[in-house]
Amino acid sequence: MNVQDKSPAEAKPFKPEPARIVRTYHLTEDVKFFQVRFVDMQKALSFNYKPGQFAMISVLGAGEAPFSISSTPSRPGLLEFCIRRAGTVTNALFRLKENSLIGLRGPYGNGFPVEAMTGKDILIVVGGLGAAPLRSVLLYSLDNRDQFGRVAVLYGAKRPAEMIFREEYFSLKQRSDLECHLAVDADDTGKWTERVGVVTTLFPHLRQIDAPNTYALVCGPPVMYKFVIKELVKLAIPKNQILMTLERRMKCGVGKCGHCAIDYIYTCLDGPVFTYWDVIHMRELI
Amino acid sequence: MRILKLQKNCLFPFLEAISKEAELWAPVAKGDKFAFDRVADFSRIAMNATRTIIPAKKIMVPANFNMFHFTEKGYKEDLSHVTDRILFGVHACDIHGLLTLDKIFTQVYPDPYYLEPRKRTMILGLSCWPDEHCFCKSTHTHIVEEGYDLFFTNLESCFLVWIGSSRGDDLIRLVPDLFDENLTEKDIKTYIQWQAERDNAFKTEIQFVRLPDLMELNYRAPFWEELGAACLACGSCTMVCPTCNCYNVMDKQFLGEKPGQRIRHWDSCTLPEYSEVAGGENFREKKFQRLKLWYTHKLQAYVSKYGKPSCVGCGRCLVTCPVQINVKTVAAALEGQEPEAFWKNLAKEATR
Repeated sequence: MNVQDKSPAEAKPFKPEPARIVRTYHLTEDVKFFQVRFVDMQKALSFNYKPGQFAMISVLGAGEAPFSISSTPSRPGLLEFCIRRAGTVTNALFRLKENSLIGLRGPYGNGFPVEAMTGKDILIVVGGLGAAPLRSVLLYSLDNRDQFGRVAVLYGAKRPAEMIFREEYFSLKQRSDLECHLAVDADDTGKWTERVGVVTTLFPHLRQIDAPNTYALVCGPPVMYKFVIKELVKLAIPKNQILMTLERRMKCGVGKCGHCAIDYIYTCLDGPVFTYWDVIHMRELI
Repeated sequence: MRILKLQKNCLFPFLEAISKEAELWAPVAKGDKFAFDRVADFSRIAMNATRTIIPAKKIMVPANFNMFHFTEKGYKEDLSHVTDRILFGVHACDIHGLLTLDKIFTQVYPDPYYLEPRKRTMILGLSCWPDEHCFCKSTHTHIVEEGYDLFFTNLESCFLVWIGSSRGDDLIRLVPDLFDENLTEKDIKTYIQWQAERDNAFKTEIQFVRLPDLMELNYRAPFWEELGAACLACGSCTMVCPTCNCYNVMDKQFLGEKPGQRIRHWDSCTLPEYSEVAGGENFREKKFQRLKLWYTHKLQAYVSKYGKPSCVGCGRCLVTCPVQINVKTVAAALEGQEPEAFWKNLAKEATR
């Protein structure tokens, strides 16, 4: 199609839609939980997303930044984010109280291939704030528990106070239909009842897995991937079933601004979920 | 496609007629270089201009513009900077540059800030003659088959005018008497001879077809770090490149005022903070990593995605980079032609 024939009037990919902060509270000292809803009820209910996708959040005057969605599409209406205070936009977000207005657009990115994962076993490996994007797929698998095989979660945080959604994970331990192992690098409370050590020390506690039938989902700080992937490869999980969701600088979310480019792909369009095969194939991903 | 003949002395009357329709922009002299500018006095138009400092992309995506006005009530698009324009004197390489940007800006999530000016800008191409830095023949961008409303081939005796679109045809119909539909055998011969001579005039040649493989094979080559040491990370190469699309977005709010603006401005992948995320993690901290990204994107990645490099052979990086890091010298390094000392000397000079 000739570029002149395209209509710009219909295209509003950059326009933030007004949304209201319904609830916000601290998860840790520098991580806050935000529950938001589009002001337009129709928009709130028709916002279809996949676990692992992200949205662009605008704070009036402070700017816009990408955040992975922590809620699950199986519970529509409200969107949840857990956000670490790190830059201009997040600092401004932290100052906003409940009922404040923000701008929201999305959803963007590929998300986790939940259709392909249907009927398979799921192993979720979380490091620190990696819990933010993985919470979506975890809650999704719990809400659709009969669609998946085994579900196992390994979560490592620096200290007990920095384990976000701590209560949610402890309550998972009570469930008989999934496996949950928790660890902290160091226990500064003296009250930690779970394991101490980095997340990879949890692997030996995992029950025997059916590797060809397992999808491993990983998210954590950049330094974590190398070590976790080594363990997953050792377990013989196929390279294209090891999935990770990555962070990059993004200014548009729709493949225009260039910042998230890696080789011939854009993280915002072709990611943020990549397989270990992508990592080997494209380099510079992790 | 119809081709008409326009006598040389009929060009200004034609421009006179069409400039009533929209703002007329064309290359004019700027020092010893050229730049696209709005023209009322047609004698300012540099008919034999080489590349302009900044390519035609500046008309489609200005270096700086306002995307939104915002208040507490929400965001309102601002497209007030867009006007109807006729861009005359666009060279083949720059037309290809726009066709490349079209892919990025309009294929997925069409960008209204690009589409609107793109639609409202008529492209009147003009043939040119290569200088020692032009290599558009190597990128096959010395000829255009699409992407223009009219294209003027500047022969010694007259112009041959290709009509590339319906609205281009409308321009001709404003003053149809200026144009001659009957091309003589002599006109055709003159054109063929002109084209042959032009094609032989290129002094720079690069084998682009080999470069994707060579980029891969040279991924860990030491010359990248030497190049990085020489690079000033000034961003000039990306500003002048017709296919560089990267931009940054920032909100501006004035002291004591509630309303503000969301500004979009050109960004460069060679600048230090390009790949830095909040919290301080920088995925391309070193200059050579960022340079390699640029060349990966131009010579290799774009080929994987669209089947051709995103370099259009305009030679702007050749004449702009203060330390001679450009498509020609990098291609030579990839081919293993340049002695390593070349970059080492550059690096030394750059840090002196």
